[in-house]
Amino acid sequence: MTAVAVPRSGTFAWQRLIRWESLLVIALLALIAIGNSLSPFFLTAGNFANLIAALMEVAIMALPMTLIIVAGEIDLSVESMAGLASSILGFLWGAGVPLTIAIPIVLLVGALGGLFNGLLVARARLPSLVVTLGTLALFRGLALIVLGPRGVSDFPAGFTELGFGHVPGTLIPWPFVVFVGLAILLGIVLHRTWIGRQVYAIGRNQGAARFSGVRVTRVKIGLFMLSGLVASLAGIILTSRLSSARADAAQGMTLTVVTVVLLGGVNIFGGSGSIPGVALAVLVVAVMQNALRLASVTVEVQSIALGLLLILSVVIPNSAHQAKSAIDRVRGGRPPPAGSVRRGEEAQAR
Amino acid sequence: MTDASVAVAGAPSTTRRRWLTTIARQRELSLVAIMFVLGGLVSISAPQFLTASNLSQVAVLASVTALAAIGEALVIITRNVDLSVEAMIGLVAYVVAISLETHTLSAPVAILVGLLIGLVLGMINGFVIAVLRVPAIVATLGTLSVFRGIDYFIAGSHQVGLASLPDGFTDPASGDIFGIPIFVVIAVVVVAIGMVILRSSRFGRQLYAVGSNPEAAAILGIPSKRVVFTAFALCGLTAGAAGVMWVMEYGTINGTAATGAGLAIIAAVVVGGVNIFGGSGTLAGAALGALFLGFIANALILVGLSQFWLQAIYGAVILAAVATDALILRRIQRATSRRASR
Repeated sequence: MTAVAVPRSGTFAWQRLIRWESLLVIALLALIAIGNSLSPFFLTAGNFANLIAALMEVAIMALPMTLIIVAGEIDLSVESMAGLASSILGFLWGAGVPLTIAIPIVLLVGALGGLFNGLLVARARLPSLVVTLGTLALFRGLALIVLGPRGVSDFPAGFTELGFGHVPGTLIPWPFVVFVGLAILLGIVLHRTWIGRQVYAIGRNQGAARFSGVRVTRVKIGLFMLSGLVASLAGIILTSRLSSARADAAQGMTLTVVTVVLLGGVNIFGGSGSIPGVALAVLVVAVMQNALRLASVTVEVQSIALGLLLILSVVIPNSAHQAKSAIDRVRGGRPPPAGSVRRGEEAQAR
Repeated sequence: MTDASVAVAGAPSTTRRRWLTTIARQRELSLVAIMFVLGGLVSISAPQFLTASNLSQVAVLASVTALAAIGEALVIITRNVDLSVEAMIGLVAYVVAISLETHTLSAPVAILVGLLIGLVLGMINGFVIAVLRVPAIVATLGTLSVFRGIDYFIAGSHQVGLASLPDGFTDPASGDIFGIPIFVVIAVVVVAIGMVILRSSRFGRQLYAVGSNPEAAAILGIPSKRVVFTAFALCGLTAGAAGVMWVMEYGTINGTAATGAGLAIIAAVVVGGVNIFGGSGTLAGAALGALFLGFIANALILVGLSQFWLQAIYGAVILAAVATDALILRRIQRATSRRASR
């Protein structure tokens, strides 16, 4: 109530953002309390290392997805690109290609797949939803064609160490180091550079951004290439962690990736969201999955919770905005249009 | 600009309409033409392709996809998409199968319950999208996961076998009426009813209006929320019907039934000429699209190509269809703006 009394200068939006992130922190603490009551091993460093490691492919793919959704687009094909990466890696290794050559090839394929998405979306101006739905099927199909139903699992120990091992002397899994490095890099790009400002500008009003000299096509193609590249990296890490390359690797992972991004407070309509919020959401989902596993809920049934979480992370901000408009109406003020809140947030961020 | 689009949505000029229907007809005709050419080519290397038994098997399998594709087409016409269809089919299929196995329900009641569950699931989607205003892509990605999770939760690792279904329950899948398979008759009847509703009822006109220009539809006072809700509910209903047919067709049902069928259904709709940007397309086209994809799947097997190619073909088909749609749409827009400026 007090928040509403604050003059409409953007402070409200800023507080709303803070509230969303504090909501996540509260959810995280509650989940930790629940997990702790389920098992005495929950609050051990070893368990935390495990629950973090289990979600790192999703977390890594969520970072470029954050930028893409902020820019008002979506990439549904990331899970298939990760599967294609795993498939090609297995195929090349099976054919006797050393990993030092195979891994760069796989990353190149990822970037090219992203370029394909980007060209169709930004150059041919097709809706990203349908384009990436098509490549979701296409990339998975290519993965199946390359590797077929077999699995390749005779990878050298040095490679499986990448996904499975820890930083020497600690319990920190290597993929977590990759995630943190990428999060810091993309966080700086999104929140501290002109590229990030352009990404927000495209998400808020693409036409206005174009007239202001933002190279919309180029930025979007870049974002999709980044997404493809990072998805193939996630595929390599997944292959390493499971020490097995399969064509059906990462199936269904896009749901979790999108859930993490939207739970992190990124607006599905584009224009707002932050990397720290998404990083927090990664922790929430990791702890939730671990707690559910301790409560002996199978991975398949956990998808109920994940699906509900995805829908709620859009419904709650929506209805919060509606409730605020209603309160404003009762107080005699006219409700601000949805855009003005966002603009307020922009001003605050500067 | 706005004036022009309102005019188009309200009363299309006759020349324009004729031009549009020509294109729409061409899509359906060209599908049929491709199927004939493909049939000829495949039968050279695999003579069993063009036998009556093979073709009717293809048509029966395609009817199940076609039924789900009809509902998906309604949703896509309103400029939305439903990714949860495969999970609705799977959940309905398992509930019908398990209630028959445990003799909880008699066969006719089980079929009705299956349809009803489909309708309710579709209404849940419609509520989340139309009332809670969650974008369809996010909402149905979420319910895809929720419905499938419920399916796994009920099913566990249990599998209902063909032998535990009541005698004669799976007969419709292999039976025929005057030589035409029953499933094909069902699909044709549903398409016919749907086409009549879309062409001559108020709901049908509103469906196209909401999809082709939401702003203009709102100005005309069309209750777009109710229209979108109804489209999703009907999509659930046809998914329920497809789920019941799934049990009759395959007989053996577990928690993973129909996994991955969703992309084939969406591919069928878009290849059948339903515009992914909303506002145009026919149910016959969607059903024909399902038949087309069934044809390709069958041809792949007979030619000896691996089934793994299918997934990539679905993807390529979706991309090709959306690119063609965009091209046609831009041509039309350019043509109309030229005419308007004249």
